[in-house]
Amino acid sequence: MTPPDNLDFDHVAGDDVSRHFGRRRAVSRITFTARSGTILGLLGPNGAGKSTMLAMLATLLRPTSGTIRFGSLDARQHGAALRSRIGVLGHDLFLYPELTAHENLAFFAGLYRCADPAAVASRALVQAGLADRAGDQVQSFSRGMRQRVALERALIHEPRLALLDEPFTGLDDASTAALIARLRALRESGAIIILATHDLDLTEGLFDEALFLRDGRVLSAVTRPEQLRSTYRAVMGRG
Amino acid sequence: MPRWFLPAAILCGAMFAATPIVIAYAPFESTMGLVFKIFFYHMPSAWMFLLGGIVCGVASVRYLATGAARHDRTAWAAAELTVVFGLLTLVTGPLWARKAWGTWWVWDVRVTASLVSWMIAVAYLILRRYGGPGSEKLAAGLALFGMANVPFIYISVNYWRTIHPATSVVPTLPVSMGGPLWFCVASFLLLFILLFKMRVRLEEQRARLDAVYLSLDE
Amino acid sequence: MFARAVWLILRKDLTVEMRSGEIAYTTLFFAVSCILMFAFALVREGRAPEDGAAGLLWIAIAFAGTLALGRTFERERQSETLRALMMAPAPRPAVYVGKLIGIVALLAVVEIVLVPLVALLLEARVLLERPFWLAAILAAGTTGFAAVGTLFAAMLIRARTRDVLLPVLLYPVIVPVMIAGVRGTAALLQPEVDTAILGFWLALLVTFDVVFVTLALWTFEAVMTD
Repeated sequence: MTPPDNLDFDHVAGDDVSRHFGRRRAVSRITFTARSGTILGLLGPNGAGKSTMLAMLATLLRPTSGTIRFGSLDARQHGAALRSRIGVLGHDLFLYPELTAHENLAFFAGLYRCADPAAVASRALVQAGLADRAGDQVQSFSRGMRQRVALERALIHEPRLALLDEPFTGLDDASTAALIARLRALRESGAIIILATHDLDLTEGLFDEALFLRDGRVLSAVTRPEQLRSTYRAVMGRG
Repeated sequence: MPRWFLPAAILCGAMFAATPIVIAYAPFESTMGLVFKIFFYHMPSAWMFLLGGIVCGVASVRYLATGAARHDRTAWAAAELTVVFGLLTLVTGPLWARKAWGTWWVWDVRVTASLVSWMIAVAYLILRRYGGPGSEKLAAGLALFGMANVPFIYISVNYWRTIHPATSVVPTLPVSMGGPLWFCVASFLLLFILLFKMRVRLEEQRARLDAVYLSLDE
Repeated sequence: MFARAVWLILRKDLTVEMRSGEIAYTTLFFAVSCILMFAFALVREGRAPEDGAAGLLWIAIAFAGTLALGRTFERERQSETLRALMMAPAPRPAVYVGKLIGIVALLAVVEIVLVPLVALLLEARVLLERPFWLAAILAAGTTGFAAVGTLFAAMLIRARTRDVLLPVLLYPVIVPVMIAGVRGTAALLQPEVDTAILGFWLALLVTFDVVFVTLALWTFEAVMTD
């Protein structure tokens, strides 16, 4: 039985999710819900479990206990169909260095079943402000430019769920502002955005909800956090 | 350890101690004389080698299908036993062959196919040891491929040799050797079960220890 | 969807390879060096060992193929693009098939160069007179090698010591392919081709290919997910 291609969901929920690697607990009993049209922040020091959590949300890893549900759907049953509604920007940029920016985007657009991948890729490059470099190989790009292409790659199929791991790395001021505006626009259009970051100053006022993580556990969940940096220090100092 | 383990171990030790006596009373095989007695250890080893391979293969398939850790433990323990008994077989074989036919090695079908299968089992262990985290699934895939490969190995080796016509140097099982042979087979089987149980238990303890560590974190 | 995904991946790999040529050139050169080493080691007084060409050709293919497999997946490991492929809605076995076809194509190019070289250096010119049979044996054997090799190389992508583990795992499992390939090629070196023997080895190779590609398709997802 093939699931319908246009599976959609309006929220993502983790219920008592844990993941361990041998003796090391990477994620420990995390419960959360993220609804459509919200931005959820995963904040915490290195090793807090942010990347592992994102990997599980991307259906790359399976939780060792607990469940992750996309609406009423379980990732285990509907893997492929769900993946077409999820976009991921990872630490590693998932770009082929020897292909041009346009080729990279067109390849993934085709893989994600966009109609007319070439046109979609061109539009995305315009949006990233890299239309003039469309024909250059990605390996000739600076880190910041690669980050912009990678972001377009993650969002090229207009996913319902956008997972971003440290998306501000290497971006200059203009690009950062563009990214924040982009995320806000995505939120308006009903996407669910889950973002892991260290950049507390840049993301001030961006999150609808923030989970403060350490050692795989949620220390605190704050709705509409203000004064991110001091809140962070307070939570981490306390926990 | 389960309650039956210690009595079984003692029984096994006793049986092995008795094997030389049992073998001594077996009838002399006409052409090969005394050296034939090695066969009483060689054949049960070969059977245990085969048993280990089958257990490993089946457990690997179940592990790939279900992901349950106990199948993985079974497969790993079985693979180790396959290597051990395989080594025993591959060593006792040439010892016998040397005395019986004057040559250390023959490219006979069963011998060669056993060697290749044994190497796949060794590769399995190397993968488990050096593959790093996540190598359980990979090893299961290797075991599955190894098991599926056996008929191909057999057929290809068999026809590979027909360039050099082989008289059947390795005889078919002389079951007329009856009683002493089955006694040795029983001893080896008991040894296999005991070693298997010990090895699986070791992994179970490790898993339990990991679970304790994890629950400490709560 | 499956076929489309396979085509996209294959086209991507070919594009990448044609831009840099790294894997093709290095693998080719390596294979040629292998043959040269064999020639120096085994050619005595200007005469090559009888029937040597068949065995040495296949050994060179196995070595070069292992190198190519390692390099292909190493490329996917940088930038974690294999992860990106796993995250796409494409059916995961499509990734396997796309990679498999790419490797076979690469090895085909290598073989086109190797066969004349072997024919020349190792006194096997008669091979060139039977191109269709030779192509059939090479195709079936290379596919068998690549079927197992692609799965193993993909499996090992995140293992430590993956470079040495690939041959350790691969070579025992492809013994039937080597035997059938060498014996089949050797049959072509005879003055009179015994089509019965040739047909037997070819059938064995094709069966191996079918069985192991099917097995790989079944287990690819299970083996690649955590």
